Amino acid sequence: MTAELCDAGAWELGAKLDIGEITAAEVIESCLARVEEVEERVRAFLTLTPEVARERAAELDVHRASGAPRSPVAGIPLALKDVLATKGIRTTCGSQILEEYVPPYDATAWARLSGEGGVLVGKTNCDEFAMGSSTENSAFGPVHNPWDLSRVPGGSSGGSAAAVAAGEVVWALGTDTGGSVRQPAALCGVVGMKPTYGLVSRYGLIAFASSLDTVGTFTRGVRDAALLLGAIAGKDPRDATSLDDGPGRDYVGTLEKGVDGMRFGVVQEAFGEGVEPGVRDAVRAAVERISAMGGRVDEVSLPHADYGLSAYYLIAPSEASSNLARYDGVRYGLRVPDASDSIEMMARTRGAGFGAEVKRRVMLGTYALSAGYYEAYYGQAQKVRTLIIRDYERAFADHDVLISPTSPTTAFTIGERADDPMAMYLSDVFTIPANLAGVPAITIPCGLDANRLPVGVQLTGPVLAEATVLRAAHALEADLALALRPPLLAA
Amino acid sequence: MAGWETVIGLECHVELSTRTKMFCGCRNEFGAPPNTNVCPVCLGQPGSLPVPNEEAIRRIVRIGLALDSEIAPHSLFHRKNYFYPDMPKNYQISQYDLPICVGGHLDVQLPSGEVKRVGITRVHMEEDTGKTSHVSASGRIHEAEHALVDYNRAGVPLVECVSEPDLRSPEEAAAYLRELRAILEALDVSDVRMEEGSLRCDANVSVRPAGSTELGTKVEIKNMNSIRSLERALVFERDRQIVALEAGQPLVQETRHWDEDSGSTKSMRSKEEAFDYRYFPEPDIPPIEPARAWVEELRASLPELPRARRERLGETLSAPELELEPAVIAGLLSSDRAETFIDVQRRSPEVGSRLIASFVLNEPEAAELSDVIVEILGFVHGERLSASKGKEVLEEVKGSGRSPVEIIDERDWWQVSDADALGAIADEVIAENPEVVEKFLAGKDAVIGFLVGQVVKKSGGSANPTLARQLLQERLSR
Amino acid sequence: MPVEIDVDHVARLARLELTPEEKERLREQLGLILEHAAKVGEVAAEDVPPTAYAIPRSNVFRPDRPDAMLTQEAALANAPDAEDGRFRVPRIAETGS
Repeated sequence: MTAELCDAGAWELGAKLDIGEITAAEVIESCLARVEEVEERVRAFLTLTPEVARERAAELDVHRASGAPRSPVAGIPLALKDVLATKGIRTTCGSQILEEYVPPYDATAWARLSGEGGVLVGKTNCDEFAMGSSTENSAFGPVHNPWDLSRVPGGSSGGSAAAVAAGEVVWALGTDTGGSVRQPAALCGVVGMKPTYGLVSRYGLIAFASSLDTVGTFTRGVRDAALLLGAIAGKDPRDATSLDDGPGRDYVGTLEKGVDGMRFGVVQEAFGEGVEPGVRDAVRAAVERISAMGGRVDEVSLPHADYGLSAYYLIAPSEASSNLARYDGVRYGLRVPDASDSIEMMARTRGAGFGAEVKRRVMLGTYALSAGYYEAYYGQAQKVRTLIIRDYERAFADHDVLISPTSPTTAFTIGERADDPMAMYLSDVFTIPANLAGVPAITIPCGLDANRLPVGVQLTGPVLAEATVLRAAHALEADLALALRPPLLAA
Repeated sequence: MAGWETVIGLECHVELSTRTKMFCGCRNEFGAPPNTNVCPVCLGQPGSLPVPNEEAIRRIVRIGLALDSEIAPHSLFHRKNYFYPDMPKNYQISQYDLPICVGGHLDVQLPSGEVKRVGITRVHMEEDTGKTSHVSASGRIHEAEHALVDYNRAGVPLVECVSEPDLRSPEEAAAYLRELRAILEALDVSDVRMEEGSLRCDANVSVRPAGSTELGTKVEIKNMNSIRSLERALVFERDRQIVALEAGQPLVQETRHWDEDSGSTKSMRSKEEAFDYRYFPEPDIPPIEPARAWVEELRASLPELPRARRERLGETLSAPELELEPAVIAGLLSSDRAETFIDVQRRSPEVGSRLIASFVLNEPEAAELSDVIVEILGFVHGERLSASKGKEVLEEVKGSGRSPVEIIDERDWWQVSDADALGAIADEVIAENPEVVEKFLAGKDAVIGFLVGQVVKKSGGSANPTLARQLLQERLSR
Repeated sequence: MPVEIDVDHVARLARLELTPEEKERLREQLGLILEHAAKVGEVAAEDVPPTAYAIPRSNVFRPDRPDAMLTQEAALANAPDAEDGRFRVPRIAETGS
């Protein structure tokens, strides 16, 4: 298989669309052909919207012919994780309880892309309500990693990661609550960006843990991440936690500035026990490259990062137990028939509609908030959150960017951790602290391990330092010059 | 019931009359077709988010200031988690340990005239629920086969005002609620219509032996939809508790439902175990931290509150030279017409205050019509128009918008005070009623009233009755 | 030590019907997860304030201005059951007596 339009970057396609060398129709046909070819094996999508996509591309071409200027996202095929509300297109959250749910409104991030000419290919599979690290918790079956179909793509946004890695779309949106963009991006060998909490509106992001949820991007290069983030960022009057437009909204302009003189801190706690040698080696090599490019590198400690996992597994389920209370069979979604009263109807509907992981977390969160336990669990977890924020503040006092592996392991095989929730939760140990502190972080591929599976390196910056993080990632990406192509496509 | 003391605290819920709901831009109105004032937010659609209404926050701060509450420098919304079909998210956005208004008090004038200070525990902001109707063939709730839910009311801004258990009788509780309602009316923040549910009240009641300082077992009563039913429910509940205790039966802490028809409270049995609301900070809404200067600005712009107004006007109206009866003063104070009375009185100092009161007291539009009233009172005082015709003129002005002079001219209602013209009519009346004249001459003075009436009638109602009487008497005594 | 939790009580609060097998598995798994999670108590000292919001800010409001609403048809479009423009649910048992 030769490189096709669907394998190109959005910025590259944009340049060709701008001068009329290619049409949006050709781009979408290329992606749809790739979907046709690989989707049966990858299973990245829960819903495909080829008709809408073709129609949209045709409109764009007509519009383009009139000489109107093109937005950087116009004509670029994209996918949305199926936890982002799409008006008139069913949105399942990977759950039985929302299998038939059709939202009456659009998520703001999607509305912004759609308004600028983004072409939606479909809604991607994910762990149920974004709870998981392998996409095995989807009620509709797992996604297969394009690098090895017997392995998971990571999660929870595994469908978006796999679709981008396989060239089914040029880019995609996911959500990241504890690593759900960065971990699957790392496991699928693509770029995954989690912005500062509140930089991208959460309106229409079907909530898992509201104080941690962010909308993030999947792209095959850092430049595309900068473009896509720029298109979806900014204040939304419908999200009270969304941040005012700050300076540095143009993330592309500073990309080329390099890392000379930038101060990098290697997180010392992130190379210990549990980190696979292949991961450690690839990340260490990336650190060497940064140093060679003129970056000033030393070690830094996040002493409470270890407690982050515990705090996360109290805060996220607590908020989730409340966020998921609305799925009760009254207004939308599944309802189990023949209940004798409303209490029984709700309990049976929820028992039948939720999968094992969702039940586990709803139970955990309900318990952690209940009378007599709140202080010991939720209250203490909130204090740990303060300690982690202070760790970052100290680290960023004399560093611009922190470096760590994104995930302790590369892609594991489907079913391997399904019965061991604690082992699964450990997948997110390096990504969770950024969510607790609200800071931006990006993962880019930095090599392959002995099994020829991608390894991701994570770069983290202080609040609203997206431009800095992207600039460092872009420099490293250029220097590494990895031409990653999953074997699925090489075959 | 001697020997017992009743202890009552009230929790009042006030729906604010903002244009839109608390957390979304849906219209806040009563009586729209079901599920038409709704959007993804107030329907609890997945992914939707709440954004608080600035005007609602402004209003609750004004309520807090009117109740002398402290406006908290840092306040949070919390989620109160429980399942009920009328709650779109199965949690209510409410406030927990950090309400917007903390403490305060309300001075209540009791029927005895004594003023009692009732403590306010807190005033907090929350959202209303939807409305459930229970459907059954028999029409009885507990036999209902299913229920129907309308979310138009879901998300309407709701202020909860909690009093200290300072009230000692049903009468005091009613007076408190009346005063609270008057304050909310003066602030113009709510429709405060109990029958439409824009003002609702739950009561906590307990009794204890007089002189005891320990609180008895508390019972919460719900579902009173008028001040009268609050008072009735409290009387019933107080008596029920005393009877039970005197019979040696222990009371259970519970929630009871007031049933208007049977005039009794009934236990609300719950299938649910004890509630555990699992409050935690609402992550979707940042804290509320009102700027000091803004709060002071709102404090300075508060309208005059009912009690201050009553005191100020009451003093003016009680001045002995006004010679107003207590009932008239009370009538003026309980309406918004006291100010109009004082205004008209100031502009017509020569006119008797009772005459002014008779024009102002029963006229709902007195304030708007004060110029017209002053003009008419001038004619009445100058004996150019009778008082009863004066009121008819006022009605006509309201209906037609014409000037009083135009109307009196057209109807020919000017009183005839011309002695020659009236004398001629008096002569006619004497000639036409010889029997009556005879009676008068025989000493029956009262019959002159009949003759005066005849003169007024013959004049088409325009005769000045005082002059007519004088002319008749002159003629008959000759 | 794994934490002992009253699964029945928590399931009732969460309004979640569970099979006996699910309850047994959850009792065990939640006990282990909570044992790990209890680590938060080791470091969170008295004087550390809790964080509920990652990015501190305050006073975010909307003006009291009407916004677009859904039609009744759109509001009920996803309803499992509806009648007379309202959402229909099985009888509500816990009201009154």
